[in-house]
Amino acid sequence: MFEIRLHSRGGQGGVTAAKLIAYAAFLDGKYATATPLYGAERRGAPVVSFIRIDDEPIRIYSQIRNPDLVIVLDESIMQLVDVLHGIKPDGEVLINSQKGTEVEGHRTYPVDLTGISLALDLVLAGNPILNTPLIGAISKLGVISQASAKQVIAETFRDERNVEAALRAYEELKI
Amino acid sequence: MSAKLAISRPGEGAAGKTGTWRTFRPVMDQEKCNKCGLCRLYCPDAAISVDLEIDLDYCKGCGICAEECPKKAIKMLREED
Amino acid sequence: MLTFGTGNKAVAMAARDAKPVVVAAYPITPQTEIVEEIANFVTDGTLAARYIPVESEHSSMAACIGAAATGVRTFTATSSHGLVYMCEMLHMSAGARLPIVMANANRALGPGWNIGAEHSDSMSMRDTGWLQVYVSTVQEAYDATMMAFRIAEHTDVLLPVMINLDGFLLTHITQTFETVEPDDFIPPTATPHAIDIKNPGGYGTLTPGNVHFKFRYDIERGMRASIPVIEETEAEFARRFGREYHLYEEYRCEDAEVVIIAMGTLGKEMEVAVDILRDEGVAAGAVRMRWFRPFIVPDLDGKDVVVIDREYSFGYGGILAGELQAKSGCRPFSVIAGLGGQEVTYDDIAEFVRIRRPGTEHWFGVDD
Repeated sequence: MFEIRLHSRGGQGGVTAAKLIAYAAFLDGKYATATPLYGAERRGAPVVSFIRIDDEPIRIYSQIRNPDLVIVLDESIMQLVDVLHGIKPDGEVLINSQKGTEVEGHRTYPVDLTGISLALDLVLAGNPILNTPLIGAISKLGVISQASAKQVIAETFRDERNVEAALRAYEELKI
Repeated sequence: MSAKLAISRPGEGAAGKTGTWRTFRPVMDQEKCNKCGLCRLYCPDAAISVDLEIDLDYCKGCGICAEECPKKAIKMLREED
Repeated sequence: MLTFGTGNKAVAMAARDAKPVVVAAYPITPQTEIVEEIANFVTDGTLAARYIPVESEHSSMAACIGAAATGVRTFTATSSHGLVYMCEMLHMSAGARLPIVMANANRALGPGWNIGAEHSDSMSMRDTGWLQVYVSTVQEAYDATMMAFRIAEHTDVLLPVMINLDGFLLTHITQTFETVEPDDFIPPTATPHAIDIKNPGGYGTLTPGNVHFKFRYDIERGMRASIPVIEETEAEFARRFGREYHLYEEYRCEDAEVVIIAMGTLGKEMEVAVDILRDEGVAAGAVRMRWFRPFIVPDLDGKDVVVIDREYSFGYGGILAGELQAKSGCRPFSVIAGLGGQEVTYDDIAEFVRIRRPGTEHWFGVDD
């Protein structure tokens, strides 16, 4: 089972991103679940979502304690929350970062999702759309296939620029 | 009293420094402000003092003060990273 | 059709596919998505139903009662305070023998205020005459909702059915599930006592003490008759759509010396605990109770029993543990866990088994 913990802020689209990643895994023929961790919904507050991907039906509903991959959509959260808590020894980290932030002891993939989105003017209600470039970046890591990433974006978003955002993130992320 | 009750008492920042949730910051133009105090009355987080100082440690940047200000003396500016 | 969505969405789609004529509903967290989706289906024409937005849960059930009394299929959904607010109407709908189907997103009752998963809402409605089924996956939420109509409307039963799904844990998780074309799996409603303007009658009339008990007993007769109807419905569902369900689900129970019993999502997560215990050499098994009303007792002879209750009857104990003890004579280790969405992991469940002391009670996380 591959477990992803996604840290974001309320209103950034983290919950939707988790659903889209799980949906792409579903299209890859895997079993997948996406779970938001709800409190009182608050824009701007740190929030967490969980994604599990497996070849077998997933029977676990509790939170992910030992993620294989941690995604950080807003790096300022790292000052408030220990995003590495419980991460597997060989666990990896993907950070939405303009300045190439790295974490110690874990393979880090910094990618400027916000920059990609802003460059394409992909802004919704004042916030840059991070879901679509994130899906592109995740497909580069092989968590989901490129074909499924494309299909998810095509099915979910009408605006062609979302595909472009995903492609740019795919290219910008260095493996 | 032996009963355990869920009571929250007035205090500062039960949810931590909620100022970190902010995307937009309210900035007051003292020239335009006529000290009516409506911003303070409407602030859902009681983050504006009697002297109309905004406590940015707790202001979540909701923008209600700017919306309600009859003198348009409060502007919401994007927080810089 | 294979699809992907939340527990709420699966319930809404099953309700759509069962084609109710009237849906009366009031939104409440964490159920709101169900009635929103149904409102969408009605608006875009995929469900030809009358959607009645009411002003309270008491009214939503009252509206369903009125509609069901005319013999049409009805559906609603609620949760927590909404469910207990409609308590009077729950008794009314069962007493009037109306086969209403309702989804309940299990959620804690306040105060202290909490929107997390807990079974206190539905369990406190256990004596209303409603059938209650508890589901553990998004697929099961869809399937159980679909089957509920056939069971409720069966003329041997004619009692309302409540599908219970854990708030957030199941209502908001996204999983793969398959929808079906029910065709004649759910026959047209044939409520024998439906209001007929050509044959006028008074409903809900006075029943003095010399007859009242007969109507009460008849509710119990319907409840008992529901057991074979449920079995037959689940068997027919498996035949047509390939997914098997039973009154309760056993996991690695054949040679088990200790069984864990729970309902809802914990009843699925505990399978992982059983695997862990088996690897440690403990002969563990699990029984997930699906139907709570009617209450069907699994064979627990000679086994240690660990029961996890996601609710509590104050002054008595864990409700599921108590009922299992009363009906089977077992002496369970009664664990109270998961209240208000308290995090309970498969490791915690395995630990409940390791520390078990039959005949005692353990509140998970309480140390005084």
